[in-house]
Order: sequence, then structure tokens, then C-alpha cells
Amino acid sequence: MSWTSRLRRALPRPTRGRVVAGSAVLVLVAGLVGWAVWPERTGWTSQDETITVVSGPEGNENVRLDARLYLPRDRDGRVPAVLLAHGFGGTKESVSDDAESLAEQGYAVLAYTAEGFGRSGGQIHLNSPDHEIRDAQGLLDWLAARPEIQTDAAGDPRVGVVGGSYGGALALMLAGQDPRVDAIVPSITWNDLTNVFLPQSADTSATGVFKKGWAGVFFGNGGAVPATGAVAPPTGMTVDPACGRFAADVCAAYLDVATTGDPEQKTLDLLRRSSPAATVGRIKAPTLLIQGAVDTLFPLSEADANARSIAATGTPVRVAWFTGGHDGGAGPQSDQDRVKFLTLQWLDHYVKGGGGTPSDDFTYSRVAGFSALDRDLVTNGYSIDAYPGLTGTGRTELELRGPAQPIANPPNGNPGAISSLPGTGGRLSTLLAGVAADIPGQNASFETSPVSAAVDVVGSPTVRLRAASPTGEATLFVKLYDVDESGAETLSAGLVAPVRLTDLPQSIDEAPERTIRLPAIVRRIEAGHTVRVVVATTDQAFLSPVQPATYSVQVAAALELPTAVGKPIADPQTIWRYVLAGLLAAIVVGLAVVLLVRRRRLRSRHTPTLPEYAETPLVVRNLRKAYGDGFVAVEEISFTVERGQVVGLLGPNGAGKTTTLRVLMGLTMPTAGDAMVFGHRLVPGSPVLSRVGALVEGPGFLPHLTGLENLHAYWKATGRPWADARFDEALEIAGLGDSIHRRTKKYSHGMRQRLAIAQAMLGLPELLVLDEPTDGLDPPQIAEMRRVLKRYATDGRAVLVSSHLLAEVEQTCTHAVVVNKGRIVASGPVEDIVGDSPSVLLDVSDVPAAERVLGELGVRSVLPDGPSGLIVDMNGTPRSEVVASLVRAGVAVDRVVPRRRLEDAFLALVGDNSRGSGDR
Amino acid sequence: MSVDTSAGAAGYRPSRTMPLWAEARRQASRRRTQLALGFMAVLPLIVLAAFEFGGGEDDESGGAFDSLVGLATSGGLNFALFCLAVSAGFLLVVVVALFCGDTVASEASWGSLRYLLAVPVPRARLLAAKLIVALAYSAVALVVLAGVALIAGTLRYGWHPLGSTVAAEIAPGPGLLRLLAIVGYLAVSMLVVAGLAFLLGVLTDAPLGAVGGAVMLWILSSILDQITALGNIRYLLPTHFSDAWMGLLSTPVQVDGLVKGAISAVAYATLCWGIAFWRFTRKDVTS
Repeated sequence: MSWTSRLRRALPRPTRGRVVAGSAVLVLVAGLVGWAVWPERTGWTSQDETITVVSGPEGNENVRLDARLYLPRDRDGRVPAVLLAHGFGGTKESVSDDAESLAEQGYAVLAYTAEGFGRSGGQIHLNSPDHEIRDAQGLLDWLAARPEIQTDAAGDPRVGVVGGSYGGALALMLAGQDPRVDAIVPSITWNDLTNVFLPQSADTSATGVFKKGWAGVFFGNGGAVPATGAVAPPTGMTVDPACGRFAADVCAAYLDVATTGDPEQKTLDLLRRSSPAATVGRIKAPTLLIQGAVDTLFPLSEADANARSIAATGTPVRVAWFTGGHDGGAGPQSDQDRVKFLTLQWLDHYVKGGGGTPSDDFTYSRVAGFSALDRDLVTNGYSIDAYPGLTGTGRTELELRGPAQPIANPPNGNPGAISSLPGTGGRLSTLLAGVAADIPGQNASFETSPVSAAVDVVGSPTVRLRAASPTGEATLFVKLYDVDESGAETLSAGLVAPVRLTDLPQSIDEAPERTIRLPAIVRRIEAGHTVRVVVATTDQAFLSPVQPATYSVQVAAALELPTAVGKPIADPQTIWRYVLAGLLAAIVVGLAVVLLVRRRRLRSRHTPTLPEYAETPLVVRNLRKAYGDGFVAVEEISFTVERGQVVGLLGPNGAGKTTTLRVLMGLTMPTAGDAMVFGHRLVPGSPVLSRVGALVEGPGFLPHLTGLENLHAYWKATGRPWADARFDEALEIAGLGDSIHRRTKKYSHGMRQRLAIAQAMLGLPELLVLDEPTDGLDPPQIAEMRRVLKRYATDGRAVLVSSHLLAEVEQTCTHAVVVNKGRIVASGPVEDIVGDSPSVLLDVSDVPAAERVLGELGVRSVLPDGPSGLIVDMNGTPRSEVVASLVRAGVAVDRVVPRRRLEDAFLALVGDNSRGSGDR
Repeated sequence: MSVDTSAGAAGYRPSRTMPLWAEARRQASRRRTQLALGFMAVLPLIVLAAFEFGGGEDDESGGAFDSLVGLATSGGLNFALFCLAVSAGFLLVVVVALFCGDTVASEASWGSLRYLLAVPVPRARLLAAKLIVALAYSAVALVVLAGVALIAGTLRYGWHPLGSTVAAEIAPGPGLLRLLAIVGYLAVSMLVVAGLAFLLGVLTDAPLGAVGGAVMLWILSSILDQITALGNIRYLLPTHFSDAWMGLLSTPVQVDGLVKGAISAVAYATLCWGIAFWRFTRKDVTS
């Protein structure tokens, strides 16, 4: 067998339906794949540029900057520009997503790598006005010279500056230094680096506490020796392994502050110079400040300082907070969407000149819970008409309780409490479990009683603290925990208030009260929760004193919580609720339409009844059934069953008997022709089927029910009156005795067969159709069954029996229909069919001689049958004469068997094809 | 399918065939129905016993789900929630697939389907009765599980607020409502399984093929859903929103995931049932 024919056998036959379905699936799959892999046509083009700018305090240093200019593909004339600055340690590549999305919106975007990073030349001067800021001014000059970029005046491009963190500070400082900037969107950035790295939360002028964790991350990030492929620093300069690409003054400042925690004035001056604080008051470009609430590096207070300074000059400024930042990352999707929307709205109005004036309302978000689907936090957005600063729009005062407590500062601040994990990359979800851990003996705790109603904290809570120290100084960390009913405490965003107090007395009684401004948070303290203020001596993110000491601390009772109640921002996700409602409505309407159409179609297609057959139990006319794979089970069959008849449908296995009966039961649809029961055309589910009882293709019972329960269950399914079933008569026919109460799965084949016949007779249907009813019965039961069927056909009822056994039909039926290969071979009353036929079967000693003799006699035909047998069609010649002639001719005759018509017909069809007409 | 009722035998009305209660009793008499429902009632008790004998020492950490384990013994509501959470991923899927996938396929494999059609029970009516009863049994299974867990948990651990580390504790009254809503959402999300299993049950004569096929498709979808690289295609997976009920534990309730999950489940189930009815009312019943 060739492989192609094997393949053809293995595959399903290609019928029309399969071809259509297969093609539809193929087209669908091809379409989906095509849609998925189709290269998306971007709305922009990009071009890498190396731009050399003149920089340095003297204006004599050339710095090569690695940049990329994105231009909208379908631009109409000159377009406004956006200068896009990256964060610390990044390059132009790290802002490519933002650049692309802005370019899609019709902006020319210049993304560049700041000096000291990536492939750009120069050194890290930490946003020095003489270096990085001057570089950016050079980029503005470059933009103004480009023919694609819109300009306000010669050399003055229409440009907005967007950036986060390091880039955000650049945006602020550039706008403060260069009036050509039209709008800025700085995010998660600083106001004053001295406050950032030496934060002081108490109302004192003492230098703050060094934020060593973040400073180390910062310095390590930029201090790395240039990686392979990066542009080496200008020749003539050696790379100092201690400083990497940092400029010498920045490096020295870090080494100074990181060593002692108490910086020299020179260091403080450098940090101030690298801060927007100095120039932010000169900004005229409308400013959108975006700050993260989960940010221990640049907390909300930095943006607040920027906002207040810019607003003081009358420049439009808008503030938005999101749940993210240097600790929290980009935040949940809803926050990212909001920030992106605000940014575009700001640029569109102040740079592009379109759209309405953005309102100056303040938006923020609060953690609502944990999303099971995205494994991340879910936040709700809120808005307040005007930016309230860090003091909220309202105030709630709670009473803290707790005595003055002694707390120990371990040498070198080790072991230290943990509040945040600087630089581990924003994983908001880790903040849920909380990394906060306090060390026993190193902290004093003061707690409120459970709050009676939920408090929406938005801003910086304040407490008053008294402390005494034997050394006169104390470094303390004040934290605010939200404690739930079960005692689990949460430190909002991991934020702590570092405090360094000097000139402290030895005794707590003499200690002055200091106001401590805790970090700004957005949090809802639920009813029933308590608030716990903890004063600790150590924190791993900060530098603590080397010398061990024991302090006494006392927090005053009054805890002030700034509150705000924002308007919830409409969530675009609510659209899905309408989609769901629409879908349900569509399904209901669709269902109603289907039912209506169906009912109407059934009414209009009302099957015609043929009155001439109204009294005939069954009329089959030209029935044909071809299966989907092309196999023809029934070629053409026509017969009639009249009242009082027991008709036998006789044929070998696979003649088409069962297929015919299946059509009669409405299980399969005929390809052509029809069957009528009492004049009603049979289609699947025809009500007239209720006048037909059937056993087709063997019994089918629920195996776990007893015989009787099966009959009951069947009758229940008919929905007909209980009394009509005639269970007693049916059970008598089944003759199962007590076995009727056993489960049918324990039944023998014969028992099941008898139960199935009894089920077919339930309700005494007018037409009984039985497929091989004696299958599995023993001889006495077969004899009994014959009597039952004959008796059943009286009273005007009729029976149709199929069988492949000649004797069966002969003894049971009044009429017979013989089928083979899907066609009727013979039909009529059994007596007619079974009567003597004109042929005999002869067993002779010499077959050739006998054939010769018979040929001379003039018989119609002679067929050999085995080695010594002959089947002879006598054509009227008497049997005696044939025998006499043979004997006369010297041929011995062993046997003469007269044959009957039915047998003849049967042999004719079975003889040449023992397989029947196929496996059906 | 004719409406010519006069043609039928005395007392025969197509609209009276296969009454729902008859189908319900047909299924109720089956051992698999009794076992499945019985197991749903016993499972919470087994879990309860495990908590009692297990000593309660567990050092699970991380993830929102683990917190459910830790809180399971904190009250009846939490215990019921835990039982639902551990069943939702697989057990409920199997039970629903069993009720819905096996109902038609087993009749076909027993050979009793053709006798029902020869009654004749109209095909659409037969299928509708089977579907409604299968869905009802699935719902009963879910309610039995939740109900027994709630009662057993409350008797053992008391009537306490519903706690989770996702949000603040929820008072017992609203907590019960949340629990009911979770049961409701699980019922809706199981419609996908019901749809798949029912469709397979109509297409095949092998009950095991229908039940197993539906469960395997569900697992396949769950595996694909783990592959985040698939991006937005994952939203089309029928199992993508199966964990959305956790949104009901936070305050305020996050319903976005639930709504999308309901859309997904209803759409898939409608599609599957539509194909099943379309196919069954046209096919040749050869088994």
C-alpha cells in the first residue's frame, strides 16, 4: 500500500461540510496569525544623532551627547518638540517608550543621554547649572535650528521638557535657567538635595541625618567604570576607580558626607547648586509636577516645595500624586494611565497650543486593595479642586498614650531597624507584606485608642517630641504605623521621619518639645484601627551615630492627621458593566428571536398528512440514506405495513435494515424518500412517533436502575398518563419474575432483550418496531416471543420485525420484505415467498455428466453448488423426470431437495457476497 | 418536530415530555451524582479535621493566597472562604464538568438516548432539560460546599469578621454578603466549564471524553494564562478571570475583574451551548 493511500485512509473523507468547516477554521487561524504578526506601522520615524554642545563654566568644553530624534511620520509643517531627559543611570534607550508614545501624539521628541552616562561624553556633575543644564540649553539651540521644529522666534524652539527623577530636576533647572522652555513635566524629582540626603524632620536648624542607603545606590549607579561599548571619557583623563564617571567635586562631596554624616560647607554648597531650589522661583514655564507617594528617596515634600515656589511667582502649576515612585515603581495601570493623560493634556495645551486650559485640580490615588489578577496593588483615583499642600483640607487629632521610655542606640547603628529597601526596584506588592521591622530595646511606642470612624490621611501628620540624651545629641527615627484589629502594623510606603536633635538635656523633664513633621502619606485608617507612633534609634537606610548611648523619649498626646476627602475619579473600567448588561440583553433577545422563528417555521412547515394512509400503520416510499462520508446505507426501499400484519424485514448483516429502522424512529434524517406512520410523515420528533414502540439496535437502559425503575423512568419521560402505560401487561411479556427488581447492569443479554421488548410495548403502541428481537433469547423464549408478536398484531395493531434469520421470519411473520445492499429483493406474504420454488438442489456423483443430461432436458439454468451439488431451475420439468433421466444416464443421485422461493432469493443475494453490502 | 399534537398517541404532548423533575430524578439516582454531592459535603469536614490534627503550625509566607490559609481558622466565614478557594481551581471544575459533560454522553453510551428521542422527546427540549438539571446540580454542589463549610466553620471557630490581608476586616454581616457574592461569581465563572463540557458531551458518545476534555481544556487555558508573554491574548482565555473573586475581599469591592470575568464566562458558555443545540438538533443519533 502506498503512503498516499495510507494517508487517505487515515484522514477523514473530505465531505462538503468538512471542507467548508475546515476552510473556515483555516481562514480564521490564518487571519488571527496574520493580525498578530503584521508589522505595526509606527506613526513616527527616528534618527540617531551625535550632538556636540559647548558647556562648562567657561563655555569652552565640548561635550558630545548621544541623542535620538523622533519625528511624527505624518506631520504637517513644523511640529512642536519635547526634550526628554532620562533618570539617573539611564540612557536615551530607557525613555524610548515614552518617546515613541509622544511622537505618536505629534511631537518631535529629542531623547538624549546626559553627559557622564552611556555613550555620551563628559562627566556626571549632578545637574550642575554649568554642565548638564548648559548641555540642555545647547540641545535647545540644536532643536531651534532643525527645519522640522516649530519655533517661537529665531533660536527659540517651541519645546516642552519632560523627565523623571534626574531628568525631572533637569527640566526644572533648565526652565529656571532658560526662558525658551514653554512647559515642563518633571516627575518624581527633588527640590533640594541637602534635604533629600540630609533630611531633618524636626523644627530645628541642626543638620539632618545622612540617607546612606539611597546615596550609596546613587553613587554606585553612576560610579561604575564605563562599560564596554561606551564612549570613553575624553583622552587625557584617567578614570579614578573610586569616582568612576563622577566629576571630581561631586565625588569628593560624596566621600565627605558618606564618611562622617556631617558634611562640610563645600559639600552643602555643591548639593544646593545641583538642586532646582535655587532657580525654581524663576520658572515661567507652566509646570506639571508628578510625584510618587511610595518614594523614600524623593518624598512628596520635595514636589510640595517645588510647587509652592513656582506658584509663588504666578506661574501655572499643577500637582499630581500617584502610588509609586523610587520604591513603588510605575504604579498600578490606572495610575500610569492617569499620569500619561495629565502629561499629554499639559503638553497639548502649553506646547502644542491645542485643547482647553487644564484645570488646576489636584489628583492622587489611594491603595484600594490587592488585585488578584495582576498580582499588584489596585488604587482608586481622587481629585480635589485645589492643591492642598501637605496639610490637607481638614484635620483630625488623635490622642497618643505612652510614658517616657528609654531607648538604646547601638554602636554604629547595628543592628538596625528596617523600614524600606532602597534601590531594590519598585515592587509594590512587597510593601503589602511590609518589610518594616523594629529592634527590641531600640524603640519607644505610643499608641492611640481605636479610631471610631475611618480617617482619610492625605499629607504630613505631625507629633511633638521631647528627648533627653547623655551626649546632648540624639538621632531618632519617627514612624507612624496603622495597626489593625489583629495587631498587624503597616508602615505606609516605608516612610520614616529622621530627626537629629542637638543641645539636649540629660533629663527628659527639662527637654524642650519639638514638632516633628512625619512624611506625607495617602492612607485610609479604617475604623477600629489604632495609630502607633514609634520612635527608634536606628534605621538601616540612614547613618546613625557611632557611639552607643541611651536616650529617653516622650511623644506628646496630640497627633495631628491632615485629612482630605477627594472626589472619586470616574473609572473607565465601568464601561464593561454596560458591556455585560448589553451582552445579557443580547442573549435574552437572541433566545427569544430563535424561539419565535423556530415556532413560526414549525407552524409553516406543518407536515402534511396523507388521508389515504391514515389507517395504514407504516408506509415507506423510496427511502434513501447516504451518510456524510458518502456511504450509501439504503439505496431505495419501499414497503407497507398494514394493520394486523407482522412484517419481517429480512436481510443479511449490513443490508440496510437497521438504517431503515433508525429513520423510522426519527434518529436519522433520510436523504430522500419518506416514511409515513398513519399518514403522518416522519421527521425527528414527530408526535406520531408516540404511537410507535421500538427496539432498535439493542436495549438501552440506565444500568444503575432496576428493570422496573427503568420502565418507570422511561414512562415518566413520555409525560403521558401513568395508567396508559399498562405496566402489568408489559411485565408479563418480559417475564423476568423477581429479577425485575434487580439492577439492569446485572442482567444477562437475554433478560435485557426481553425488558427492552417490554419497554417497546409500554402503552401498547399501534405499531411495534423490533430490531432482531430474538437476539440472545433461548429457544423456549423465542417460541413464546413468536406467540406474543402474533397475538400483538391482532386488534388492528401491526408489528415490524427485522432479522437476518430466515427461519425467524418464516415462523413469526405474516409478510416479509427481503433487502440486500440497500434494495428490496423480494416482498409479499410469507406463504407466497416461502412456497415451492421451481428449483431443486441435487447432489450427484458426476457433476459434468449431470450438467450435460440436464442441458438436454431443457431446464432453465444449472448452477454448481459445492463439489457435488447442483442447483437446477426446472422450468416446469417434474422432479421425478429429472431424477429418472439422470439415473438413466448413469449419474447417481444422492439427494434431491426441493427449494423454496425465499431461500432462493436469500441465496441469490447472500451467495456471492458473504459480507453483505458493506459493514453497516 | 411538528406541532401537530393531534397526531400523537392519547395523552402525548411534546411540551409534557421529559419533565425537569423526571430528569432530576434520573440523575439523582446515579451513583456519581450522589458521590459528587456527598464529597462536596464531606470536603469541609475533612479540611476541618486536617486543621484540628495538623496543629496549625504553618510558616507560609508571601502572596495573598497564603494569607487565606493563615486566616482559615479565624472564623466560620474565613473557613468557608478557604474551602471555596482551595476548591475553585480544580475540584469545582471537575464536578461541574462531570454534571454537564456526562449528562448527554452517558445516555448515548447506555443507548437510552435513542429511546428518549423515539418517545419522542423533542431534541431541543431534551437538551434543555438536561442542561438545566445539570446546571442545577452544579449549583447545588457549590452551595452544599459553601453551606457545609460555613456551618462547620462557624460551629468550630465561631462567628467572626471576614479577615484578609488584602484589606481591613469585614464585619460578619457584610462578610456573609461578600461570601455569597464570591459563591455567585464562582458559579458564573464555572459556566465556561459547563459550556465546554456540555458541548463535548453532545459531540461525543464517551462520557469520559467529555468530562476529561473539558477539564483538560480548562487546565490548558490556565497554563497559557501563566505565560505573561502572551500579552493581551490572555484576556481571551476562559480562565483568565477565574481568580477575580479575590477582588470581593478588598474594600471597596473591586468589581472590574468580576464584570470582565462574567462577560467572558457568559460569552463562552452561550457560544458553546449555541453550538451544542445547533449540532444536536441536526445530527444523526447513531449510538
